[in-house]
Amino acid sequence: MMKRLFLVAFLLCGAAQAQQGPIKVGVYGPFTGGSAGMGVSMRNGANLAADEINKAGGVLGKKIEVVARDDEARNEKGAQIMQELLEKENVVAVLGPINTGVADASSRYAEEKHVPLIINASAGAKVNELFAQYPENYVFRIAAGDLLQSELIVKEAVDVRHYKKPALLCDDTNYGQNGRAKMEKALEKRSVKPVYIGKFKIKDTDMTAQLQEAKAAGADALLLYGIGPELAAVANSLSRIGWKVDMIGAWTLSMSAFIGNAGKNGDGATMPQTFIEAGAKPGKQKTFVADYEKKFNEKPISVAVAAAQGYDSMYLLSLAIAQAGTTEGPKVKAALEDLKKPYDGITGHYDRPFSAKDHEAVKEANVVMGVVKDGKVVPPSPAPAAAKK
Amino acid sequence: MQTIQLLLSGLAQGMIYALLAFGYNITFATSKTLNFALGNFLMMGGVLGFVFYSTHHLPFAVTLAGVIAAGVVGGLILKKIAIDPSVKTKSSYNWILATLAVGIILKNMSEVFWSTDDFKLASPLGDDPLRLGGVGVFPQELLIIGVSLAIVIGVETFKRKTVFGKAILAVSEDKDTASLMGINQTLVVRFSFMLSAAIACVAGLLVAPITLVSATMGTVIAVKAYAVSIIGGLESGMGVLLGGVLIGVAESLTARYLSTGYKDIPGFVMLIAILLVRPSGVFGRQSIQKV
Repeated sequence: MMKRLFLVAFLLCGAAQAQQGPIKVGVYGPFTGGSAGMGVSMRNGANLAADEINKAGGVLGKKIEVVARDDEARNEKGAQIMQELLEKENVVAVLGPINTGVADASSRYAEEKHVPLIINASAGAKVNELFAQYPENYVFRIAAGDLLQSELIVKEAVDVRHYKKPALLCDDTNYGQNGRAKMEKALEKRSVKPVYIGKFKIKDTDMTAQLQEAKAAGADALLLYGIGPELAAVANSLSRIGWKVDMIGAWTLSMSAFIGNAGKNGDGATMPQTFIEAGAKPGKQKTFVADYEKKFNEKPISVAVAAAQGYDSMYLLSLAIAQAGTTEGPKVKAALEDLKKPYDGITGHYDRPFSAKDHEAVKEANVVMGVVKDGKVVPPSPAPAAAKK
Repeated sequence: MQTIQLLLSGLAQGMIYALLAFGYNITFATSKTLNFALGNFLMMGGVLGFVFYSTHHLPFAVTLAGVIAAGVVGGLILKKIAIDPSVKTKSSYNWILATLAVGIILKNMSEVFWSTDDFKLASPLGDDPLRLGGVGVFPQELLIIGVSLAIVIGVETFKRKTVFGKAILAVSEDKDTASLMGINQTLVVRFSFMLSAAIACVAGLLVAPITLVSATMGTVIAVKAYAVSIIGGLESGMGVLLGGVLIGVAESLTARYLSTGYKDIPGFVMLIAILLVRPSGVFGRQSIQKV
């Protein structure tokens, strides 16, 4: 009897403490392994935002506490972490992840527990598609989704640069193959048929075979969907077989793992960007870059897009919690769908970024095409590729 | 011309598989145990090479010496902490898990203390491809082929021509008899672990400029190299060269003329075929287990 009383008292204490304690926000992504650059930058961005918010007094008078977990880019690990965050850590919302497979394997737990999940990097994860299954959708995204990215990539290749015979080269993960399917659709809309569709595996370092085949098929542009290290391998293999061809691809062409490893072979690669560090405008963007570089001693930011999106996702969440006046999932979700206060973020200006039917914050207007030049991503030159036929 | 290009990249890739497979063979011959951390020793070689050469701008010779030294010391430590205890407990298979564990520790250590990103190690010979009649080849690839051949042939010659080398052969042949003949068996086994780890580290330094340096760079190579050493014969030094080249070339030809999705198939098909027809490998000897 005594024991049970003690237990009840203990539990009550725990509950009372949870109410007074900080607001716990889960952050998950790959902090080790091949996509770690993106995960770590995203986490750092979220931490930076949380620190700023806390310094300014926190939200609802409480401090934000980031609970970060490494999913190692493994789908099953992501699902476990999501359950741990929701059931054990009792987080009020979750930010992340990077990898499409991880997001798709874990987002249903957030839906079932009615806790908002703001995806801040994964381009391929299902977001608006989830409405069919969960009319009360708790999954949001602040990142350029695959649909938007593939549209922009194809637009750049076909509408702007007038290429007619693109070759598609994508990695064999959920992410790459999602991108391939969507790029094919975008091409179909313009009645262009890719002359070659190839794939490669994570950690492949020699793309000679694929590139030879694309060249033999008469390709005039390469549309790429993969992550940094393998994209760098594509650029290096291009130089090896001595083929000069435009590379246009997913935002991951801006990862330092691409730029650093491809060196001058990566020059000219073009990709959609929500934030370009080298083109940071004075004011909020410049301050963000300076603060980030000071706090994490990293220059340039390993994956600036992920860092900026991680940062913005934390701010959008804090605005929603402040507006809801509570941390209850359904109310925070409702606030996110109807954010009264506009947010001037790193990746763009967000005025009511989400609605009850659209959970994608990033629209075409938030995205510019960045170009790799001398080891940096720079904003497009005023007359992009005007000389081309 | 295209095919020659593919043969060349397959050859360079295959030589790296062969070099690591050779590392597996060396310890298997003397102690009937394999160092499954070898892929991560390769990674250690690449990472240390990057730290010495690219981060601290040390001369390449110093980098090479440092990497070899790290391999020698690493091999010695692995032998002490992973192999010796399981041999002492008379367990036949504990060393499998123990060496795998050392590999995981090495990988996690470089993720924690170094970086989780991928980096490019600049080749000391330059990164611009040479053009040989329409075929592009990185100078580093020629270096890989040359150095790998030199290491394998050098070690094989050493085993046949020197007294200590003959001691190694004797221990591979029959441990107990070798001991009775006054050969210091422990020393030979310890030496073989140091040699095999050092070779793996050099292999890491060699591949780094054409692949990338990362904490996970050894994982795939380790598996392929294991297949190579089975195909070539676990006790045959020259067999691994042929096995490595076979797999490397088959991979790049399959990727080009069948499908990139089937790239890994020929290696494993060969592995299964060899296991069915000649379980001791193309160049291996039939082992007879006496009961």
